[in-house]
Amino acid sequence: MTGPVEVGTELPELVVRVSRADLVRYAGASGDFNPIHWNERVASAVGFPGVIAHGMFTMALAGRAVTGWTGDPSALVEFQVRFGRPVVVPDDDAGAEVTVRGKVAALLDDGRARVDLTVTSDGEKVLSLARAVVRIS
Amino acid sequence: MTLDRELVGRSYPPSAVYEVGRAKIAEFATAIGADDPVHRDAEAARAAGHADVIAPPTFAIVVSLGAAFVVLSDPEVGLDYSRVVHGEQKFTHHRPIRAGDRLVATTTIDAARTVAGNDLLTARVELATEDGEAVCTATSMLVARGAA
Repeated sequence: MTGPVEVGTELPELVVRVSRADLVRYAGASGDFNPIHWNERVASAVGFPGVIAHGMFTMALAGRAVTGWTGDPSALVEFQVRFGRPVVVPDDDAGAEVTVRGKVAALLDDGRARVDLTVTSDGEKVLSLARAVVRIS
Repeated sequence: MTLDRELVGRSYPPSAVYEVGRAKIAEFATAIGADDPVHRDAEAARAAGHADVIAPPTFAIVVSLGAAFVVLSDPEVGLDYSRVVHGEQKFTHHRPIRAGDRLVATTTIDAARTVAGNDLLTARVELATEDGEAVCTATSMLVARGAA
């Protein structure tokens, strides 16, 4: 991070394109092979508009916005999200776009700060109550 | 069905040991686009004060989600697996997960309730080394959507 950290300090915005290939790669890396993340037929059968990203993949992207800002992945000590709305990933070259914004919401004891995150795709909030506690000193 | 509140506080036996490998950390970091060298280069990790390469913060799910799912195979819980989605996730890192860690997961049901026909079950997974050093607390809220 550059400059002083105060309540209201904004994190650099992170915009990530998510393709079907990214979901397959994440499935393999995480071990979560639920077919709703790679199989249109199954995703539709259980009521989704199409193949959706793993919630944990979206959470990982939100985490990148935080660790990219702190410059130290181990500074992220608490991290929580609620999975509100699925990220639908079409089977085309563009895929889906996920945008992560963050703002320092509170300065805590012991040189820590709470960051509130806003994570959207296609103009809709996909995570709610997304918060991280980071060490800032 | 309605979840039984008596389930709250129930713990399950510790998991088998999960040995964290450098290649697995690098693979996970690549999959999420985390390009910090501390995830891939042991020298860079040591320069940053770590004993070996460290995992990105959400890597803990690789170990914890399977452990949380032990509650789904408990016949007394009786959640319909085909209707289960991930509702919420929280990690509290006591220290970063690093290559070489031999982790054991212990799962406890922290909350169980039924809201608007959906069963909500919160499973807390404590990840510790074999020697008992606390590494991460990973709490997953699982939702079994009620039949429409």
